[in-house]
Amino acid sequence: MTTLTDPPKAGFRLSQLIYDTRYRSITIQTIAMILLLFGLYWLVNNTIQNLSALGKDFDFGFLSQPAGYDINQRLVEYSSQSTHGRAAIVGILNTILIAVLGCALATVLGVIAGVLRLSKNWVINSLMAVYVEGFRNVPLLLWIIAIFALMTEGTPAPREFRVGGDAAMILNESVAVTNRGVYIPGIVLENGWAASSFMNWLIIAAVFVASLFVIRTVRKRADAVQEKTGDRPTTWYQQLALLIIPTGIVMFLMGATMQYPSLKGFNFADGIHLRNSLIALWLALSLYTGAFIAEIVRAGILAISKGQTEAASALGLRPTRTMNLVILPQAMRVIVPPLISQFLNLTKNSSLAIAVGYMDVRSTLGGITINQTGRELEGMLLMAAFYLVLSLAISGVMNVYNNRTQLKER
Amino acid sequence: MNKSVLLGALTVAGLAAGAAGAATLDDVKARGTLNCAVSTGLTGFAAPDANGVWDGFDVGFCRAVAAAVLGDPMAVEFVPTTGQTRFTALASGEVDLLARNTTWTFSRDVDLKFTFVGTNYYDGQGFMVPRELGVSSAKDLDGATICIQTGTTTELNLADYFRVNNISYEPVPIETNAEAQQQYLAGACDVYTTDASGLAATRATFEAPGDHVLLPEIVSKEPLGPLVRHGDNEWGDIVRWTLNALISAEELGVTSANVEELSAGTNNPEINRMLGSEGELGAMLGLEADWAKNAILAGGNYGELFEKNIGENTPIGLARGLNAQWTDGGLIYSPPFR
Repeated sequence: MTTLTDPPKAGFRLSQLIYDTRYRSITIQTIAMILLLFGLYWLVNNTIQNLSALGKDFDFGFLSQPAGYDINQRLVEYSSQSTHGRAAIVGILNTILIAVLGCALATVLGVIAGVLRLSKNWVINSLMAVYVEGFRNVPLLLWIIAIFALMTEGTPAPREFRVGGDAAMILNESVAVTNRGVYIPGIVLENGWAASSFMNWLIIAAVFVASLFVIRTVRKRADAVQEKTGDRPTTWYQQLALLIIPTGIVMFLMGATMQYPSLKGFNFADGIHLRNSLIALWLALSLYTGAFIAEIVRAGILAISKGQTEAASALGLRPTRTMNLVILPQAMRVIVPPLISQFLNLTKNSSLAIAVGYMDVRSTLGGITINQTGRELEGMLLMAAFYLVLSLAISGVMNVYNNRTQLKER
Repeated sequence: MNKSVLLGALTVAGLAAGAAGAATLDDVKARGTLNCAVSTGLTGFAAPDANGVWDGFDVGFCRAVAAAVLGDPMAVEFVPTTGQTRFTALASGEVDLLARNTTWTFSRDVDLKFTFVGTNYYDGQGFMVPRELGVSSAKDLDGATICIQTGTTTELNLADYFRVNNISYEPVPIETNAEAQQQYLAGACDVYTTDASGLAATRATFEAPGDHVLLPEIVSKEPLGPLVRHGDNEWGDIVRWTLNALISAEELGVTSANVEELSAGTNNPEINRMLGSEGELGAMLGLEADWAKNAILAGGNYGELFEKNIGENTPIGLARGLNAQWTDGGLIYSPPFR
């Protein structure tokens, strides 16, 4: 008879930490953790030591000190007596402005160029190829500076617009293209409800967005009726009315009037001044990112099987409708994720604004404020935090959209 | 994600601050060159010549310091900086000395933790406009577009001046003097404002300098001088007394032509002490006995540097004015070598 004996119980040996698969991963993770903590400790300690060696402290108090400098493009009230914090907000709004404008124009350009690049017309598709390759393969900074130089050197100075000068305003005397930017007619609110014009415009925007929501319910109701009866009620006049009337009424009540730019003293006054720095940055960012988006759109369209196009033509859909109703909605699933990255790129690339003196957050908080107060560490951390939040917000919004257009898998 | 950004920022800050606080003199001697921050190009003050050799009033001072410390005026590594990058370059230890027409102000001295070693040019902020605009006073500039270098005291003075006089303007922020010049000549701004010396230097490079006028108003005090980091007083002393040696040399009649001869010994004890034939001033600074002689030999005394680079016989044509020796009614004055 044999007796079953337990295998001899070996004691725990140190080598098991490396050679025994049960312990190995824990060993590696512990070592990695310790290294990470050491690294972190070294960084923080080094920063503290060097700050004290320089005799500096870590303090955000400078944000409430008067800034002392002026900013040309400001979406909210600001003067040189405002605080550094306020200057940072002005810069942040300018960054958001250029990001929104840039993303919008880049998307339009990108979709058009991407679709046209697949055109069967040789002239059109090679023109688009030239655009895409030209912009994609030249550094963005060069484009920004080139467009800025073109605008500065190639357009007349405001004094040329005086009587007897060489230049004239265009579009029925309402738009002036000068070497300081483009002056266009603006709308002023003569008796707004809120104290600042920024708040007034926010109210108008809110009303506009609200009417968009109402329009959506009108459309949904029309869809429901169509589902039920097969006939779609005519709603375009309701939609149009909803789009214009509420916003129009609010603006009328606020006393909105058109103001045309006119030459006064050294410069044009009134109207809206689109500075060269804004235009150069906007165009360069949009054209550059648009080239990337064009390729993404093209890839998205090519990803849709040819059978879809053929099926659509078999049903008698014209090519335009095939593209809009069949191909693009499906292509969006392929397009949106890389599109998010492009939007993020554009937003972060907007920090090149300093090259043409556009006063974004890099120029105000990250430039002049740091320079005047000597708070490099604080300023850079704040700026990094801002770009992080902005990027996460953009990708958050785009991910919501992505989730809605995704294939619903059940 | 969040953590890695924070880490990245801390790393940058940590590395940047790493070099600060050491004994600068030892570093410079070990390296064999002096790292000197100058402007990105301002004719007369600091600009590379046709052969790529830096030359100018500020450059001359860098060379004098290099000669005093290392005995070789050419042992200088010039680091071009903009108005915005200069302080970070100095604070981080990238350069040992900043000589870039920098205004001595309270907050730069106290809050930014720098030591200004003296004033080598007494300046003030002025305005330049094209003659055809017909402007005769800065008070007429209501609504004008003004080019201005960012990160400078002029930016703040401008805001103050226009606010106090209750007139408006449109600032066009610019990174470097070259950019400002291009924008101004293209008419993208009506006015260019910076230190009056800088305006004169810029105007001197125009094709038709006569078409541009400097307005009579000088709206600020801009004492320009070299500066070093806080925390290394020995190094600060070396730079300060090099400047004083150049100034004293002019006062005492020591020039690059006669310094060799005078350094053998004279009957003026102050010259003897300065040039090292009497006393041990050089050793007190931790330098050779002939430090001041080398500094003066590098580009001449203060007056010679001034006349050669920005004086009345140069295209820039600045008069000595406030920058004459105190004995001639100016403000240039050195403490005694004793």
